[in-house]
Amino acid sequence: MGDHVAPPEALDTLPKVFDWNARERASLPAYREKEYGIWQGLTWAESRAHARAFALGLKAKGLEEGDKVAVIGQNRPALYLSMISAQMCGAIPVPLYQDSVAEEMAYVLDHCGARFAVVENQEQVDKVLSVKDRLPALERVIYDDPRGLRKYDHSALNAYSEIQEIGRAAEATLGPALDAIIAKGKASDTCVMLYTSGTTGKPKGVVLSHENILSAARSSSAFDGLNSTDSILAYLPMAWVGDYIFSVAQACVNGFAVNCPESPETMMADLKEIGPTYFFAPPRVFEGLLTNVMIRMEDAGRLKKWLFRVFMDHARRVGGDILDGKPVGFMDRLKYRLGELFIYGPLKNALGMSRVRLGYTAGEAIGPEIFQFYRSLGINLKQLYGQTEASVFITMQPNGEVRADTVGVPSPGVELKIDDNGEVWYRSPGVFVEYYKQPEKTAETKDPEGWVATGDAGFIEEGTGHLRIIDRAKDVGKLADGSLFAPKYVENKLKFFPNIYEAVVVGAGRESCVAMLNIDLGSVGSWAERNNIAYASYTELAQHPKVYGMMKAHVEEVNRSLAADEMLAGCQVHRFVVLHKQLDADDGEMTRTQKIRRSVIGERYGAIIEAMYAGAGEVFAETEVAYEDGRKGRISATLKIEDAAVAPRGQGGRMAA
Amino acid sequence: MKDMGQGFTTPDGRKIGGAVMELKNITLRFGGVVALSGISFDIREGEIRAIIGPNGAGKSSMLNVINGFYHPQEGEVWFRGAKRGPMKPHEIAHQGIARTFQNIALFKGMTTLDNIMSGRLIKMKSTMAEQALWWGRAEKEEVAHREAVEKIIDFLQIQSIRKTPVGRLPYGLQKRVELGRALAAEPALLLLDEPMAGMNVEEKEDMCRFILDVNDEFGTTIALIEHDMGVVMDIADRVVVLDYGKKIGDGAPDEVRANQDVIDAYLGVSH
Repeated sequence: MGDHVAPPEALDTLPKVFDWNARERASLPAYREKEYGIWQGLTWAESRAHARAFALGLKAKGLEEGDKVAVIGQNRPALYLSMISAQMCGAIPVPLYQDSVAEEMAYVLDHCGARFAVVENQEQVDKVLSVKDRLPALERVIYDDPRGLRKYDHSALNAYSEIQEIGRAAEATLGPALDAIIAKGKASDTCVMLYTSGTTGKPKGVVLSHENILSAARSSSAFDGLNSTDSILAYLPMAWVGDYIFSVAQACVNGFAVNCPESPETMMADLKEIGPTYFFAPPRVFEGLLTNVMIRMEDAGRLKKWLFRVFMDHARRVGGDILDGKPVGFMDRLKYRLGELFIYGPLKNALGMSRVRLGYTAGEAIGPEIFQFYRSLGINLKQLYGQTEASVFITMQPNGEVRADTVGVPSPGVELKIDDNGEVWYRSPGVFVEYYKQPEKTAETKDPEGWVATGDAGFIEEGTGHLRIIDRAKDVGKLADGSLFAPKYVENKLKFFPNIYEAVVVGAGRESCVAMLNIDLGSVGSWAERNNIAYASYTELAQHPKVYGMMKAHVEEVNRSLAADEMLAGCQVHRFVVLHKQLDADDGEMTRTQKIRRSVIGERYGAIIEAMYAGAGEVFAETEVAYEDGRKGRISATLKIEDAAVAPRGQGGRMAA
Repeated sequence: MKDMGQGFTTPDGRKIGGAVMELKNITLRFGGVVALSGISFDIREGEIRAIIGPNGAGKSSMLNVINGFYHPQEGEVWFRGAKRGPMKPHEIAHQGIARTFQNIALFKGMTTLDNIMSGRLIKMKSTMAEQALWWGRAEKEEVAHREAVEKIIDFLQIQSIRKTPVGRLPYGLQKRVELGRALAAEPALLLLDEPMAGMNVEEKEDMCRFILDVNDEFGTTIALIEHDMGVVMDIADRVVVLDYGKKIGDGAPDEVRANQDVIDAYLGVSH
């Protein structure tokens, strides 16, 4: 029973909660990673010893209170614990996106003024060292994995383990001072600084206090009844606020285990091995998993296909109701049990979701079909709506009130309002302190009473009190005839088709809307294989006439469903192209969190857009692409422009997908 | 680097020791065809030694002489201070030389893990009966060997294909698995037969990185044959150049690059 007692509210900083865990939950697993093929873990007591040694070592190397410590790498226990070490010293951890190119890192490292950087491996060391001469504040780089680094100049470079050894040796001399710093820490102190990926302009450093982080973690944990028996897979970027909340704050507050995958490529296998009980993934991951299942089902034998179809139809009909505890007939329940035995159980196991008792998705709209698929299997997948500036939680879906088209009711402690322009505002204990060194930006986003603009347009549904998000407020515009233009709403509808990986809709200030599409190589590739369509490259497959036919059918289906909606009927797509390359963060076309950057795309693909409006039948496109190591290449192709039928206003049918 | 007797220090600060292998006046004939004639050079402890030359220069024959698969008609092979005579296949396997092949020789139906594990076979002491019954030394031994294999998997960053049958892997990854299997034997001398053949630029860069890291982390002595001159010049400490079965150059990459005979052999001259 003692396991489920939460740390007292009086513990108002993360290091204090962490210390409490080391005493009260000493032998429970805290951070695990898979190394050499075996899951190896630290208990809370061992985690504290690990983090404390590192903290003392940092202190011995001169880390002062208020200093910034950059943390760069894949999810690793050592890196998570290094953030707590920094906080123990009164310093502020700043996790960075590990897949950023050196140039992007230089900006953040310089802006936050990090004195120390704790990085994962040689790759990250190289990136940091390549821009070090522009970073006057940066003194020392500490790496976790020593491989390949032996010959480097070690005057300002240390191994993580070396710092820990220094720390252990300094326990007697520096230990009391460290304890004093931890003891005097208060709720209003900065806990962590997280740079937003920035769909527009340079990233901003969001300053979050211990109060922000702990109140968000505590209230959200209570909302869903998380406890120390839960476990999660930590695979999302450490620089993202969600990962900080789930893998550090909620983990500390609830004392559950955080499992780090072996490598990004093994994520699926690791998910299956760990079988987390609490799982967060962006819609993209859920889509990808479902697409994989569907592709493999296409290749299955007749009996299996039949079983899958029969039981999945049944699950779609009653699965969601059973999950929500609604009344379902005896025979239907029996059939569902049978389905669990033959299909749902093995399928959930293959997905690594056998034990998931709470799943969340956020960040983008999720396709209703996809959402329903997981719920009908008995996986309690819900949606939440959040932001870095809110310490994640703005709205969440309570059990029993889960729907694909809303993002839920306000989280505990959150107030919501919609302004005259339709923009959503919120106020909560989780609201950020400020944007680091950007008071004017802070003032733009947060008003004196503490209300924060989300930048999203939405409305609160009558009756249920659920929030519905339409689009980014600044993206919502008007067509030339004055009707509403909500590109993301349309793009999401397009992306709900597994064959469409990404879509960009253009139309603000124009007569009509046009779209640029990316095919999903996995899904379309498998389709091509089944239909004996040969192709040599992504570009060739994308331009295949049959692929165009398929895309046209998808676009027209979306048009029909848009036509049914009086408000958005003007957003129907009149013409489209299938792009010759995938939109990519390395080319600046997307953010690191996979959101499209409209201005960049508008510029790079301006010629294509103009050709579509000019009525051309095809357009020659040449685009520069950047490889991960910074080299550049070009991809060129002649793209076909296709017309799509537009449905008359108010007459469309319901969209099947 | 001039003093060949005592070893030397490379420009990047690695210590290269005395000779692991010495080849003295090697001549190899197949019937009337002279594949190698009068070739002498050595391979030193801890170095990366490249053997290059145009097609048909005798590079692969040389590699087969080094690992003992061919026994030369004339000349002497000294390995770890002892003169080597003709060997049986199991003796070849146990002498401490591991190699990869130009045209990958993995067990296609077996997983990456099992393939690399097979490289540990010569290190296993338990009998086949013990292994089959999972009894006695077998269990303890397998655990120890699995750990060694896992370290190699981690080193080569192939965790994600641990359980994938190698036949399903792309070429570049198969090459990496083959390198892993050779490493599993913890060889005193590692021979790589065209490790970069058929790879794209990115795969080549990766492979170079791994070769350098193997040499750096484990101190493994490496001899490699390679076609790609750029690669060789970047990673090798010393280079032997063969042409028509004769040695035409030997030395540091820069010396070899400046050698007129080598330039002629590669670019061709009018006779």
